Amino acid sequence: MFETVDQIFVIAKQQLLVLLGFAPYWVLQIISSLVNIAGILGVFLTLFALISLFERKILARFQNRYGPNRVGPFGLLQPVADGIKMLIKEDIVPRNSDAVIHFLAPIAMVVPTMLALAVIPYGNGMTPFAIDGGILFFFAVGSATELAVFMAGWASDNKYSMLGAMRAIAQMMSYELPLIIAVLPVVMIVGSLSPDAIVAAQGRYVLGIVPHWFVLTPWGFVGFILFYISALVESNRTPFDLPEGESEIIAGHMIEYSGFKYAIFFMAEYFGMFAISGLAVTLFLGGWHAPLPFLQFIPSYLWFFLKLSVLLFVFIWLRGTLPRIRIDHMMMFAWKFMLPMTFACVIAAAVWHYASGGLYGWFGSLLVLAVAFPLLTLLLKTRQNLSVRTYRYAE
Amino acid sequence: MNSIAFVIIGILTLTGALAAAILPRLIHAALCLVMAFLGIAAFYFLLGAEFVGLAQILVYVGAVAVLIVFTILLTRREQEDVHIPVNWGGVLVGVAVFAALFWALLKTPLPGVQGVEIITVKQIGQVLMADYVWPLEATGVLLTAALIGSLILVLEKKAR
Amino acid sequence: MTLTAYLAVSIALFAIGLIAALSRKHAIFILIGIELMLSAANLNFIAFWRFAPEPHPPTGVIVAIFAIAIAAAEAAIGLALIISAYRHYKTTLVEKMDSLKG
Repeated sequence: MFETVDQIFVIAKQQLLVLLGFAPYWVLQIISSLVNIAGILGVFLTLFALISLFERKILARFQNRYGPNRVGPFGLLQPVADGIKMLIKEDIVPRNSDAVIHFLAPIAMVVPTMLALAVIPYGNGMTPFAIDGGILFFFAVGSATELAVFMAGWASDNKYSMLGAMRAIAQMMSYELPLIIAVLPVVMIVGSLSPDAIVAAQGRYVLGIVPHWFVLTPWGFVGFILFYISALVESNRTPFDLPEGESEIIAGHMIEYSGFKYAIFFMAEYFGMFAISGLAVTLFLGGWHAPLPFLQFIPSYLWFFLKLSVLLFVFIWLRGTLPRIRIDHMMMFAWKFMLPMTFACVIAAAVWHYASGGLYGWFGSLLVLAVAFPLLTLLLKTRQNLSVRTYRYAE
Repeated sequence: MNSIAFVIIGILTLTGALAAAILPRLIHAALCLVMAFLGIAAFYFLLGAEFVGLAQILVYVGAVAVLIVFTILLTRREQEDVHIPVNWGGVLVGVAVFAALFWALLKTPLPGVQGVEIITVKQIGQVLMADYVWPLEATGVLLTAALIGSLILVLEKKAR
Repeated sequence: MTLTAYLAVSIALFAIGLIAALSRKHAIFILIGIELMLSAANLNFIAFWRFAPEPHPPTGVIVAIFAIAIAAAEAAIGLALIISAYRHYKTTLVEKMDSLKG
C-alpha cells in the first residue's frame, strides 16, 4: 500500500497515457512531456507564492513583529493580492531604451531557471526529463542567466543599471567556479553525471541505520557548505545581494522595470533558489531517500520537499541575520579562499575513495581538509584589515 | 518528426547567424549570435552527441558570448551609430566560397544511414583518459597559457 | 535527415561567418565571424561522426570537444587584444590601425 502512495503520480500518468492509447507514438511522447511540464510548473508556481509569503512572515518574526496577516487566514491570500497589484501596475519603458532587449530580458532570465528544474529527481522514478549528463545540463543553463542580467542592465539606458549589471555578472561568474568544482567530488565518487545515479548511490544504510548520504563524509560536508555558499551568491541573496541592494543601488539591473516584468525577475530569483536547493538535496542530502530505514513508509516526494524546505528556511534565516558583504571582500573570498578549498575537497575525496572507505580513508580526508582550511584562512589576512572597535557616545 | 525539428532548427540557426553578420548595431548582432549558438547546440542534440551540445552551451553561450558583450561595453565610443560602408568584395568572396562548396557537396555521393546509439559521457571519459590523454593535458596547458596571457594583455601599467 | 542536409547547413554557416569576417570593419564583428566559422566546422565533424559506418569510433566527438576548448581560449585572447589595441588607437575600426602601413 505504501508503494502505491509513493508512486501515485507515476501511476496516474501511466493511466492517462493508456487512456489515450489510440494516438500515434510521437503524439504520446509530446503529451507525456507536456504532463511533466505542467506538473513542474504547477508545483513550483504554488511553492513560489507560498515562499514569497513565508519569507516575509519569517523575516518579520526574526524582527519581533508579525508579517502580513490581514489578507486571508494568517495572511495566506497575500500572494494573490501581490499578484493583482503587479498585474494592474503601469508598464513603463524608458524612451531611450532598447525596446526589444528590454522586453526580452525578463523572459531570458526566467527560462533557464525553469529549464534547470527539469532534471532534478523529485521522487522514486519522478525525474521529469532524465538526461545522461543532467548535472552538466543544470550548469549550462545556469550560465545562460548571466547574459539575461546583462541584457536587463544594458537595455535600461541607465548608468546605475549598467553598473549593477556589471557587478552582478562579475559576482556570478566568480562564484560559478567554486559551484562547479564543489560538485566534482560527488561526480567522481559516483562515476556518473546523471542525477538518478547520484541519488541511487546514496540509498544504502551503513550498519543498518546510518544513511550513506554524502553530507555525512568529511569531503561531502565541506563540499556541501561550499556549494551552499556559492548557491547563496548565484541567486543574489543576502549576504551577497549587492546587485539588488536596496540601500545602495536601488535594485541594480532591475531599476527600470515595473509591474509584471519586475514580478518575473522576482520569480526568476526564487526559481533559481528552488533549482539550486533541489540540486543540493540531490547531490549531498540523499535526494528522496529517508534518513532512517524504518521511516521509508513516508512517500519519497514528501522527503524531498521536506529537505528542500529546510534548505529554503536556512536561506531566509541567513537573510534575516547577516549584513551585506562588500564587493572587494566578496571577490577576495571567491578567488583566494573558496577556489583552493574546493580543490582541497577534491583531493580529500580522492584519498577517501582510494582507501576504499576504510578508517584510513576517513582519517586521511579529514587530515587534508584540516590542513587546507587554516592555511587558507591565514593567507586571507583579514585580521589585519579590521581595526579595534572604538565607541563614541553622545554627550 | 525528426525532419520537422531539423527544418525549424536550421531556419533558426541560419537566421541568427545572418543577423549576426548583417545587423549594424553591435549588441543586437551579439545577441543574435547567441541564438545561432543555441541553434547549433540543438543540432548536436539532434545528432545524438549530448555532451558536446551541453559543452557548447556552457562554453559558447555562458563564456564566449558574455566575453564579447563585455568587450563591446568596454570599447564603446559616443558616436556609436556612424554608418560604416560594407566591404562588398568580402561579401562576394563569401558567396563565391559558398557556391563552390555547395556545388562540391551536391556532386559527392554520401552514405545516408544514420547510427542509432547515443554516446554516453562514460564512453567519452574512457576514450579521453585512455587514447587521448596527451591532447587533454596539452589543452590544459594551452588554457592556462591563454588565461595568463589575456590577463597580462589587459593589465594596465601602474604608475611607478 | 541525410548527411547532405547537415553538411549544407554547415557550409551555409561557414559562408555566413566568412562574410562577417571579411566585410565588416569593426574588430569585434570579425571575431564573431571567426567564432561562427569554428562552430560550423565542429558541426561538420559531428555530422560525419554520426553517419560513419560500423564500428563507430568516437573520434569526431573528441575532436569537437577539443575544438570548443581551443575556440574559447582563442576568443579570450582575441578580445584581450582588441581591448589592448583600443587603449592605444582609441578606436576599434581595423582600417584605422594602419601605423605599420607603407
